[in-house]
Amino acid sequence: MISIEDIMYISEMCKLKFTEDEAKKIIEEFTEIINCVDKLGEVNTENVAPTYFINYNMQLLREDVVEEGLSKEDALRNAPEEQYGYFKLLNVMD
Amino acid sequence: MDIINLTAMDMREKLKNKEISARDIVEAHIDRLQKMEEDLNAFITISKEEALNAADIIDEKIKKGEKLGPLAGIPIGVKDNIITKDIKTTCGSKMLENFIPPYESTVVEKIKKADGIILGKTNMDEFAMGSSTETSYFGITKNPIDTQRVPGGSSGGSAAAVRAKEVAIALGSDTGGSIRQPASFCGVVGLKPTYGLVSRYGLVSLANSLDQIGTLGRNVTDVALLLNAIVGYDEKDSTSVNMDIIDYIEGLSEDVKGMRIGVPKEYLNLNMDERVKEQILNSIEIFKNMGAVVEEISLPHIEYALATYYIISTAEISSNMARFDGIRYGYRAKDYETLDELYINSRSEAFGEEVKRRIMFGTYSLSKDNNEKIYKKAAKVRTIIKEDFDKIFEDYDIILSPTSPSLPFRIGERIEEPLAMYKSDIFTVPINLTGICAISIPCGYVEGLPVGLQIIGDKFEELKVLRLARAFEKHVSLGGENIGL
Repeated sequence: MISIEDIMYISEMCKLKFTEDEAKKIIEEFTEIINCVDKLGEVNTENVAPTYFINYNMQLLREDVVEEGLSKEDALRNAPEEQYGYFKLLNVMD
Repeated sequence: MDIINLTAMDMREKLKNKEISARDIVEAHIDRLQKMEEDLNAFITISKEEALNAADIIDEKIKKGEKLGPLAGIPIGVKDNIITKDIKTTCGSKMLENFIPPYESTVVEKIKKADGIILGKTNMDEFAMGSSTETSYFGITKNPIDTQRVPGGSSGGSAAAVRAKEVAIALGSDTGGSIRQPASFCGVVGLKPTYGLVSRYGLVSLANSLDQIGTLGRNVTDVALLLNAIVGYDEKDSTSVNMDIIDYIEGLSEDVKGMRIGVPKEYLNLNMDERVKEQILNSIEIFKNMGAVVEEISLPHIEYALATYYIISTAEISSNMARFDGIRYGYRAKDYETLDELYINSRSEAFGEEVKRRIMFGTYSLSKDNNEKIYKKAAKVRTIIKEDFDKIFEDYDIILSPTSPSLPFRIGERIEEPLAMYKSDIFTVPINLTGICAISIPCGYVEGLPVGLQIIGDKFEELKVLRLARAFEKHVSLGGENIGL
């Protein structure tokens, strides 16, 4: 059974926040989903390899040559806040 | 001549023969769009000026006698999670409400190179999470057949726009049925190609091992025409497959006599609307009459596909959504005092309920205590489901099933019941888990509402799937110009 503390802990990892009422609703939904997920326990997966990707392509490396990327202007075009040509953030060190 | 009633193929031909101009085509569709959008809300952004400019360039090419691309003059809708350079790409989310990409997705680059005209960006469930296009930050899209009902999702905007003749063809993305299910609900044709056939570069990822860009149209030939333009190896996408290019139009009309079709007994035993089932059984008889060999088959682990899909997709979603932090692009909260608060407030204010729910469950299933029990277990069951399909395709060309277990449901009917909503994808998710291809085509109507038939093929067997779909469409006359509103 999942507790409110569990939900709050997961939300911290997800960088999301919920009120206690919202957390209670999430518990209900989680319980329903977990019951459905528990069904997988019926399948015998002993000695079965997991499939994480369908295509196992060779990862090609490009030549180590300088290529043009996004310009500074383009990279900053969608930034919510920028200053002196950088993404603006709060001070993280005094 | 009523241009909007033409198929994409016909538009191209009439343009080539100088019966109409590209500007005529674009203007006719913009008129239609302006009339329909008040009711439908199938588009988030309409790129009228860009479309008219593109049309003028094509008309100039014709004047000069230059060679035209295969999509010349055809108006196309692009789902709003596919990156379009200099045109807003929102993913249906407040998070990306003002995002204007500085680069182009490969598929859009290919469409432009083929002289296709992008008319706008279509509405979708937020970050493609949903089966009804009700979770979009930009409002619900309505089903053109019955505006009280959902168009399906998450490519509901693309399916509705095609059905309502706002565009001739459209791009969608399909992670668990997001092209096929809305195609079924809107009575159009929707194809999810094999994983790796079409580049995913510039598709805003939902679940990387499942997502695939695909095509929607009012008939099978139009769907094949757009597919032809967007396939091919792309070095920018590490999952793209390097193989010979097939022409999906050539050979489309070949005979289907002798094709071996399997119908999974588990599918027909599932809980579904009896009226849907009846239409599917009728369709099976049609295939028999066309000379195909239809037999009952078994996919013994199919009942576990939905739970497997949910675990794998949410796990991938939770890591994909981590990129939205309010720093480099996207929404940033106004009130915060610490860096942590900046992240938390931005994400909490800009993500909708369904997105948060999936991030939470994905994080839960990947956590140290659950990783082995939930995520790794699902990845193993995925292997078993894939092996079931592989085995069937040793003996059969095609597998048939319904696309959705129900008819298009009413707006608001399932939004408070996530599990009921997920079940709309019960027939479509196994295809994404196994990376194979499938199409949904209209196979009949129940009280005026369309039923979709899913035709499933093995990896890279799109031509077989399209051929069978084309033969069926011809037989029942439900495609193309016969579906007029």
